[in-house]
Amino acid sequence: MATTEENGDAVRDLARLRAREGGFRGWLKRTADSDVWYSFKTSPVAVAASIVSILMLLSAIFAPWIAPTDPFDLAQIDLMDSELPPAWMAQGDPRFILGTDDQGRDILSTILYGSQISLLVGFASVLFSMAIGIPLGLISGYVGGRLDAIIMRIADIQLSFPAILIAFLIDGIARGVLPRDLHDELALYVLVFAIGVSGWVQYARTVRGSTLVEKNKEYVQAARVIGVRRGPILIRHILPNVLGPVLVIATIHLAIAIITEATLSFLGVGVPPTQPSLGTLIRIGYDFLFSGTWWITIMPGVALIVLVLAINLVGDWLRDALNPKLR
Amino acid sequence: MSLLDIKNLQVDFPTRRGVFTAVREVTLSVEPGEILGCVGESGAGKSTIGNAVIGLLEPPGRMAEGEIDLRGERIDNLPYEAVRRIRGRKIGMIFQDPLTSLNPLQTIERQLVETITTHLPMSEAEARQKSIDLLDRVGIPDPEIRIQQYPHQFSGGMRQRVVIALALCADPEVIIADEPTTALDVSIQAQILDLVRELCRERQVGMIIITHDMGVIADITDRVAVMYRGKVVETGPTAKILGDPDHPYTKSLISAVPRPDVRLKRFPLVEYIESAGDARKALDISTHWLGQARDFSKMDGPLIRLKDLNMRFVTKNAILPKNRVYLDAVKDVSFDIEQGEVFGLVGESGSGKSTVARMIAGLYKPTGGAIHFAGGELTAIASEREKDIYRRQMQMIFQDPYSSLNPRMRVLDIVAEPIRFHGLAEDKAHTEEIVLDLLEHVGLGAAAAIKYPHEFSGGQRQRISIARALATRPRFLICDEPTSALDVSIQAQILNLLKDLQEELGLTMLFISHDLPVIRQMCDRVGVMRNGMLCEIAETEDLFENPQHPYSQHLLELMPRLEVLSQEGLEVEADHPTGAA
Repeated sequence: MATTEENGDAVRDLARLRAREGGFRGWLKRTADSDVWYSFKTSPVAVAASIVSILMLLSAIFAPWIAPTDPFDLAQIDLMDSELPPAWMAQGDPRFILGTDDQGRDILSTILYGSQISLLVGFASVLFSMAIGIPLGLISGYVGGRLDAIIMRIADIQLSFPAILIAFLIDGIARGVLPRDLHDELALYVLVFAIGVSGWVQYARTVRGSTLVEKNKEYVQAARVIGVRRGPILIRHILPNVLGPVLVIATIHLAIAIITEATLSFLGVGVPPTQPSLGTLIRIGYDFLFSGTWWITIMPGVALIVLVLAINLVGDWLRDALNPKLR
Repeated sequence: MSLLDIKNLQVDFPTRRGVFTAVREVTLSVEPGEILGCVGESGAGKSTIGNAVIGLLEPPGRMAEGEIDLRGERIDNLPYEAVRRIRGRKIGMIFQDPLTSLNPLQTIERQLVETITTHLPMSEAEARQKSIDLLDRVGIPDPEIRIQQYPHQFSGGMRQRVVIALALCADPEVIIADEPTTALDVSIQAQILDLVRELCRERQVGMIIITHDMGVIADITDRVAVMYRGKVVETGPTAKILGDPDHPYTKSLISAVPRPDVRLKRFPLVEYIESAGDARKALDISTHWLGQARDFSKMDGPLIRLKDLNMRFVTKNAILPKNRVYLDAVKDVSFDIEQGEVFGLVGESGSGKSTVARMIAGLYKPTGGAIHFAGGELTAIASEREKDIYRRQMQMIFQDPYSSLNPRMRVLDIVAEPIRFHGLAEDKAHTEEIVLDLLEHVGLGAAAAIKYPHEFSGGQRQRISIARALATRPRFLICDEPTSALDVSIQAQILNLLKDLQEELGLTMLFISHDLPVIRQMCDRVGVMRNGMLCEIAETEDLFENPQHPYSQHLLELMPRLEVLSQEGLEVEADHPTGAA
């Protein structure tokens, strides 16, 4: 074939360049050189916040290995150790750095295990919201017309209920429908579903807005002239270009989802006390707040605040970095 | 001492990759009543000079060296308050976009009166009278009524007149106009330039016009400064610089300007701003991939035939059909394009020329009429499968090189998409081979394949678009203003490339442009469009030498006369002997 001989050099060049620029190394090189990375490097708040977020995420994931005790292993719990104050206080015990709760469980350990649940519910509900919101937004924006009107009106109706109310509603229905023992088992899924459903609207609206902009750009029209069908255009061309704002929303939504889960658990409609999340821990400690053992509720509270604040700060930075207009 | 002296100006923009010097060693002066043109291509630093004079350098930009004197007094080192008083009072500014330079929430009256009373000791009533006189002077009919209106009630050209009135209202001594006519149609551009020239003479205002357009320069300036990479490479009287340039950059810039009066074989190579690409390989259609398997059925007669094509957009929807408001973007357009012919469509913005292209490409569904292409009736085909056969034979090149490539895809995947979609290659390796080959044929090296679009300049991106369009091995190419977003020297390169490819591949082309000189360089036949209707179809040479329709005559009259431009190094096409050869 004529092209092979003429083009041998070019093909070899490409292979060489691929080895240098392609793959993970190329990606690393491009990232290190990008504006977003530069803006990250020069923003101390963003660096600090992401270090805190990552540390908390890692310590939650590796809780079974890091935690001094296993708070759910009855063999390790001694009622004699109950309600001990943090280690730095007068009656503190160096074994329990942040003190113990009413059942003698190490508070540091319950926080580590609790943030595991909180983060799990947070991430799962964000993914669930994205899985509903992004496709609906893409279709709504690209197809337009009556379908767009229907989807967006549903979104409007959904928005007129507070997210917490929807979560309550779903949780209440689940409680009524599912048998009691099954309910405790499924509580986590119900929670993810409830928080996820109440969050999809934001994704759908943002993606729809970006899609309306992108679909009129000439690269989409070029694909249409080639003959590419709707589905591949949406997935290959439009989706990658609308993900920037989605990333920002997802980060901030993660913080909101964690707070919502904590609120629901605090109100007693969240995860069962056998698998306490940060919200459950705060509720358990709340009963003791006025009896002087404040650390049982304050410690998980502080953990929740630090986690949510750090994630929010990362989200804010991401929004500024990805949206040059705000700069 | 002149009216305005810019001495040894240097402007720096500190960036994270080191200091970028936008302008260096610039020394210019303007006399009262004189129009100085400042011409150069994008990135040459011409706008930065204007912003430095008026004290509007965008941070972090700063004047690193030099001084700016107004009537012998230094103005660049004044405190903010003093600069604010000079701005508007002594130096007026006209920006490119009349849409954004007026406040949409205030009436014209408020904006004018406020500016006048800020700078001149006048009462509101006096200021109002002065505003009305000014509006009358810049050619706005019924100024007493129109002064109470809001900017959106004015058309683009009228709005630019208001902007000029606003720049003049405090009787400034110097006006800086940054691309004042770039956003306007030709017919309005000519009127605005006439007005600007008259006002300058009449009020003895010194003016700096910043533009990329040689037509504007030739039309109204007294002297020109040619900018290249932040430096003034040549300055002198307009006739001298345009007619007999000394600096090689000026020479190549002028040689790249499409001429309205002659048709060139091809543009001389311009390599000053950006290399014209790696020497591209000539294509031999008989052995090359692009020539293989061109399984187009041989046919007689025109390749494409439009019959009474109509496009009607609903601008205001309503449930009852009779309440709907329609816009007829295209009305009863019919023309044929012969095989191997380059057919031009020319018209002002809103004339419907792009809509015609989009209907042919299948982006819009016509509301009436028929499109026959390569033996099939496109408007009658319903199945996508069947349309694919015709889509393969027809491709389109778009206007905006910045939005026509998917920013998240590598060039390799962008160019490979049509090949993969239509199954034109045997396997992955073959696809890549074809893509690399195409990239070389449009003057980009193989290294381009693994990069992303943002790593390329506008001209290079347009080459990628062309490679993508060629990847389906089309017989028909639609070019919708392929060079209007590009600098002249890059435009010359792209037009050369399109010409070469057209000849080598025997392509049929529909070439759309608002720019008559470009049309003359590229097309065999031309259709003139206005308000969605076709006014005239003629052979290119006939249209330019002897236009029949009054609107064609009108358009040609407005076309800037570029006879002053040097003809050095131009190869005029022999088939069309014209006066200037």
